[in-house]
Amino acid sequence: MHSVKLVPCELTTEPIVTGSSVLGVQCADGVVLACDTLASYGSLARFQRVTRFHQPAAGVVIAGGGEYSDLQQLFRITDNVYRQEFCHEDGWELTPRALHQYLSRLLYARRSRLDPLYNTVAVAGKGRFLGMVDMYGTAIETNLVATGIGTLLALPLLRKRWHEGLTMDDGLACLEDCLRVLYYRDCRALRTIQVAKVSDSGETFISEPYDLGNLQWKVAHAVTEKLMI
Amino acid sequence: MFRSQYDTDVTTFSPQGRLLQVEYAMEAVKQGSAVVGVRSSTHVVLATLKRSFSDLAWHQRKIVSIDEHIGVAISGIAADARVLTKRMRDECLQHRFVYGSAMPVSRLVNVIADLCQKCTQRVSRRPYGVGMLIAGVDETGPRLFQTCPSGEAYDLIGMALGSRSQSARTYLERHDEEVSSATREELIRHAVAALRETLASTRDLTLTAENCAIGVVGVGSDTRFHLYEYEEVQPLLDACSLESSPLQSASAGGADPPAADPEATDDATMQDAP
Repeated sequence: MHSVKLVPCELTTEPIVTGSSVLGVQCADGVVLACDTLASYGSLARFQRVTRFHQPAAGVVIAGGGEYSDLQQLFRITDNVYRQEFCHEDGWELTPRALHQYLSRLLYARRSRLDPLYNTVAVAGKGRFLGMVDMYGTAIETNLVATGIGTLLALPLLRKRWHEGLTMDDGLACLEDCLRVLYYRDCRALRTIQVAKVSDSGETFISEPYDLGNLQWKVAHAVTEKLMI
Repeated sequence: MFRSQYDTDVTTFSPQGRLLQVEYAMEAVKQGSAVVGVRSSTHVVLATLKRSFSDLAWHQRKIVSIDEHIGVAISGIAADARVLTKRMRDECLQHRFVYGSAMPVSRLVNVIADLCQKCTQRVSRRPYGVGMLIAGVDETGPRLFQTCPSGEAYDLIGMALGSRSQSARTYLERHDEEVSSATREELIRHAVAALRETLASTRDLTLTAENCAIGVVGVGSDTRFHLYEYEEVQPLLDACSLESSPLQSASAGGADPPAADPEATDDATMQDAP
């Protein structure tokens, strides 16, 4: 038996190194996720080329924001789940939906222990699966995902542009536009981004980090002047 | 009473390399009343013969539903079976909670097989004296498994456990090709016919709504395990007896094993095998 600790202890109450928004869109032929490659230390753009994507198995990609060390831990836990599945050697594999449910149970259990993983994660998988789980364990399966400040800045734009029959290429263009807006508006965003595509049949592609082109700062003065009022 | 000096505990091998206590536990399975399981390409059917402890008692249940898609038939020590079936229900619930989906049947079987195996490797433990036929349906289709006290598990298309079950196995071996392509009704008919083979001439003369229960699960509209008991099972038995003559004549002359002790012990009160 463990001895009972009588000393009060404080668990994570705020994140230190953080990633910002993750965006995702469900298209007619698959699912696309996108986010930048920044891990900020407070307001400092400390780590500018880290990946916030993880592919635990064929046909599944998860991406997350929030505390970066917790995200790494979450990826490790996910890998472990898939490793255990593999060791059953019975031909069964976790569906993206099952992983989504698992993550929601994991995050809910952690927050109930008052020791949360400070992350919001998006899960994309074969069969056009797209879902997100927040740090409280709230699990949502949806056709559009935006986490963090992206909920406010990107989700309305995505809703406006989403339609039935949207292809993955069009979806990706949408996400890039939204990331551009986020780069303008979100002080914890970066212009270097990464995208992941999972086709309906499970073909998975995670891009190398690349630069968001076509940035336009000419209108910036209009925004600042407005804010000065 | 000892059969050998190597059977006093479960972990000691005999010089022939046998674990005698485990083998005795396997004998306990044969003391229970008969259960039959058959699988076609679309369905699994369990058919069981229930005994009553006395004329004043209800018949003992032999089929337990585990989850929506899984049911098991048990033979052996009913009290041990209760432990195992409770664990199976817990595992299925846990799987639904964590992954949001029904547990694959083979996974569940592995959990139970591991549990049984643990009892064969510790001096302080006693093997579960129960054999189970686990019927279920998952994405791979209908599945039928058998678990043993030794911790072994088999993937099957047909099997019978319990007293006088050899004649039911003989029946199933003779009809294996018909069984694999059978419809739902035909499969139930085969299961009942196989179960009928196990009836002793002196007792349990006929299958009745009281002493017979049938479990069915399969693809399509049968993905929920359904247990037919009492008034529900009567129509199935009626349908079987109407067409039973060709089936029974086909299997006439099956090798009957030596009849078990007519004072056959009941599941609930059964002692260890001699």
